[in-house]
This record gives sequence, C-alpha cells and structure tokens, in this order.
Amino acid sequence: MFSSQDTEDVVVVEEERLEPVDLEDAVDEPDRIQSAIEFRDVHLAFDDQVVLDGVSFTVRRGETKIILGRSGGGKSTAVRLILGLLKPDSGQILIDGEDITHFTEEEMMNVRKKIGMVFQEGALFDSLSVYENVAYRLREQGVIDEDEVESEVHRMLRFVDLDDAFDKMPDELSGGMRRRVGIARALVGDPEIVLFDEPTAGLDPPTARTICELAIKLRDLQDVSSIFVTHEMNNLRYLSSEYATVNTDGEVMYEKEGEKLCLINTEVLMFRDGKIIFSGSDERLRSSEDRYIQRFINGK
Amino acid sequence: MNPLAKFIDELQEVSLLLWNVVTGLFRSPRYPGEIIRQMDLIGVGSLPIVLLTGFFTGGVLVLQTFPTLQYYGVHNEAGRSVATSLVRELGPVLTALMVSGRIGSAISAELGSMVVSQQIDAMRALGAEPTKKLVAPRLIALIVMLPLLTVAADIFGILGGGTIASYIYNQDVNVFVSSVRSGISTEDVIGGIIKPFFFGLIIGGIACHKGLSTTGGTVGVGRSTINAVVLSSIWVIIFDFFLAKAIQSVLGVGVI
Repeated sequence: MFSSQDTEDVVVVEEERLEPVDLEDAVDEPDRIQSAIEFRDVHLAFDDQVVLDGVSFTVRRGETKIILGRSGGGKSTAVRLILGLLKPDSGQILIDGEDITHFTEEEMMNVRKKIGMVFQEGALFDSLSVYENVAYRLREQGVIDEDEVESEVHRMLRFVDLDDAFDKMPDELSGGMRRRVGIARALVGDPEIVLFDEPTAGLDPPTARTICELAIKLRDLQDVSSIFVTHEMNNLRYLSSEYATVNTDGEVMYEKEGEKLCLINTEVLMFRDGKIIFSGSDERLRSSEDRYIQRFINGK
Repeated sequence: MNPLAKFIDELQEVSLLLWNVVTGLFRSPRYPGEIIRQMDLIGVGSLPIVLLTGFFTGGVLVLQTFPTLQYYGVHNEAGRSVATSLVRELGPVLTALMVSGRIGSAISAELGSMVVSQQIDAMRALGAEPTKKLVAPRLIALIVMLPLLTVAADIFGILGGGTIASYIYNQDVNVFVSSVRSGISTEDVIGGIIKPFFFGLIIGGIACHKGLSTTGGTVGVGRSTINAVVLSSIWVIIFDFFLAKAIQSVLGVGVI
C-alpha cells in the first residue's frame, strides 16, 4: 500500500516508477499484478455527442484513481461503464482481468457483487429505511438470516458513524448523512472495488472532509481499489496527501505524507471533452504547465 | 425521428420490456411479496373509484335510455340494455381508463422519479434487476386485478341501473333482474373478462416503459406521466375495438 525508503530521503514518486515498484511488491501476491479496472481505448457517443474518446487507464489493486474534470467531461460516464450500466461503442473494459464489455445484464450481476458504488446524491431508496437501504444487497443475494443481516448493517453503519440513524427514512437525513448511508450501502459485502461518483458535491467542507476520510480509510485499511470522481480540489488534496493508520488504542488516525512515507497508491486522471489529458501523481498535476490544468487547479 | 419511426421504436421498446418480464418469471429471484403489495395498491386501492364509476354509469345508462325504450314499448328490457352495454363494453373500458389514470400515472411517476434520482442505477448496481423487481410485480398485479375490478364495476353498474329503474321509473325490481339475466350470456361475461387482461398489459407496459425511459429531471417525470396516461388510454380504446371484433368472431358475442 505504501512505499517507504530505508533512507531518510524524500521519496519522489513519478508515474514512470510506479509499475516496477508494484510488480516487486507483487511477487508474494501474484493476484496483485492483475489490475482491478482497465479501460482500453474506450469510445462512447450519444447520437452526435462524443462522451468518451479513446479512454485508456488502469486502476491497480489497492489504488485510488481520482478522476478530475469539469461537468460533462465524461467522468461519471466512465464510472457507469464499469458497472455495466452503459455499454461502450468500442474498446474494452476489464474488471479483475475479465473482459466485461459484452457481458449480458445477468452476467454483470456477478461482476457487480465485487463493486460498490456511491452515487452523487446518495440515490437511497425513498421508500426504505436506512436499515433496509443498507441491507438491500444482502436481501437481493438471498441472505435470510436476520441476525446476519442486522450485524452486517450495523457494522457498515458504524463504519460511516451513523449507527444511530438505522431506523430513519432517507427524507429525514441531511445531505451528508445520505451520502454516508450511500457509502455504507455500497460497502455491504466488502466489495474489492468502490466507485465514488462526486460524493461530496454540494456538501459543506467538514462533511466533504468526512467523506474523503472514509475513502482514505477504505484505501489504506481495507485495501480497496477505488475511483473517486470529483471536481473539487480539496478532495484531491485530502486523498493524495493523507493516509490512515490505526493507533495503539485502535483509533483511526489520519496523517500527512512526509519524509518517512509517501503515498503511491493514489493517482490523478483529468478528463476533458471525453479524453484523458493528464495521468499521474498529484505533484505532477500541480507542476503541469498545461493552461487548462492550471485553470482547473487555481480556479482562474 | 419521424412519427412512424418513433412509433415503431416505442413499440419495440415496450415489446422488449414485456418479453424481459416474461423470461424473468422463469428465473429467480422472484418477488411474491411485492406482487401482493402491488395487487393491494392497484386492486384494493382502485376499488372505490371503480365501484363509483360503475354504479353511476349504470345509473345514467338507465336514466337516459329508459324514456326511449318506453317510447318503443320495450322498457321492460332496460336491464338487458344496461347489462349488455356494461358487461361487453363500458365495464372493461371505463375500468381500464380509471385504472390508467390512477395507476398508470402513479407507476410512471414513481419509476420516472427513481430514474432521475439514480435509484434505478443503484438498484442495478446492488444486484437487482429493475424489470423483475419493479416492472413484473406491477404488470402481474394489473393483469390479475383489472379483470376482477371490471367484474366489480359490472355488478355495481347493474346495481346502479336497477336502482334508477326502480326509484325513478318505478320499474319492478324482478322485471329488471329478469331482463338482466336474459340479456347477458356466458360468452358476454368471458369476453368482458378477456378484455381487461389485455388492457392490464397495455397500461402496465406503457406506464413502466414511459417511467423507465424518463429523461430530463423532474420536468421529464411530468412529461412521462402525461404520456403514460394519454397513450395507455388511447391504446385501451383502440385495442378495445379490435378485441371486440376478435371476440365477436371467436365467441360469437353480439352476433345476431
């Protein structure tokens, strides 16, 4: 998950060096060589409007890919393609090395078991309580032991710090609480991949920070591969510069990367008009001289 | 897209949806609890308006036709007149129109709202098929409950007709009942039950399709709801003609 050096030198992480480092680590775990998500030259258009234009990228195991870009740039579409909610016009999409491009809806059901998705507005089922929303996946999978369902639901609600809200209806929750319930629902069944589609949009900074902390916790403590779609630079800052550890009292602590440790499990992709215009570390993004990227980062 | 191409496209979409529902019935999971819930909502929930519609339609039929029948000296056949009209035509069609207005709009609005709030995507992401979980229970409930509602509307229509004949035109109840019994045949009743079966399919298919294909946010939900009610009502009336002709040919209903 982390790359640390024996020497006290600062680790300079560059995109070109990531592959060999990971492959070395993967010797003991051959499964880790295989990417969790892979896009190969994916194209998609709705009528005359090109949404994705030759998109290729890889999300390795345990890695978080932050997808940045303006609204309408194709970010959310890419996430929907991974779940099979849309089909590409051409190209390939691989999940755990398996080509899912032409999978039927029935075949996709098995793939979706490995994936959790956090939607923009939470997308909670209005007619179901928080408890039933979180239990939804288990009920669909035919888990009938109510004790098992209850323990899993409470475990997930504790993870997002909302254990008290289990009997509330979605319309009684604030925006931030809805997103957190959405995260709890996405994490039921311990998916290997979690997709965040603008989970902090419209939230106040402290709540947005809480959502980012949950994503960091998943990445660093649960070894989950994830895609985090956002257009907020604060999210990028949190996710690419902080990591989660557990102290001796069992509490989760968030620390900034520094001289002893540098995050290599988080990378940035930037979309523009359906194309990837940047792929690499946040340091490289910030030092990019591309005018569009600079405008996006600085907001002017 | 020109209107004909659009019509063919929509027809194909609805047919595909219905086909997916049928094939889905042979695969687990199934949702019997949801079917029962929808039957309650659609059937029991629509009962008051359907009974009222039936009662007053039967009443107004007798109110308007009785003087004419009296003029020709056949007012003793008022029961036959109202029963035939209701069982063959007005019962199935009016019930379908009432259910289309109440349930078609509700289905379309509910599914449309779920689409625009990404709940349908969430459902698919969590391993449920919206066709099986949402469409099939509503369609099954409509197909089962619409014939039952039609029978209820027919009975209350005849009751309404009898009430008007008895209280306003002072016709003996036995005369009215005897006229009803001699007026309707088993074929009439069978024909009157076959129709709502197809009407249920039309209302459910169109409402679910319109709901699931909603685009354009909350405005789109309103548009889908209007389209669902208008289209299902029109298709109920158009289909009624062809069904009546088919039933006439097969069962000999209405042929002298």
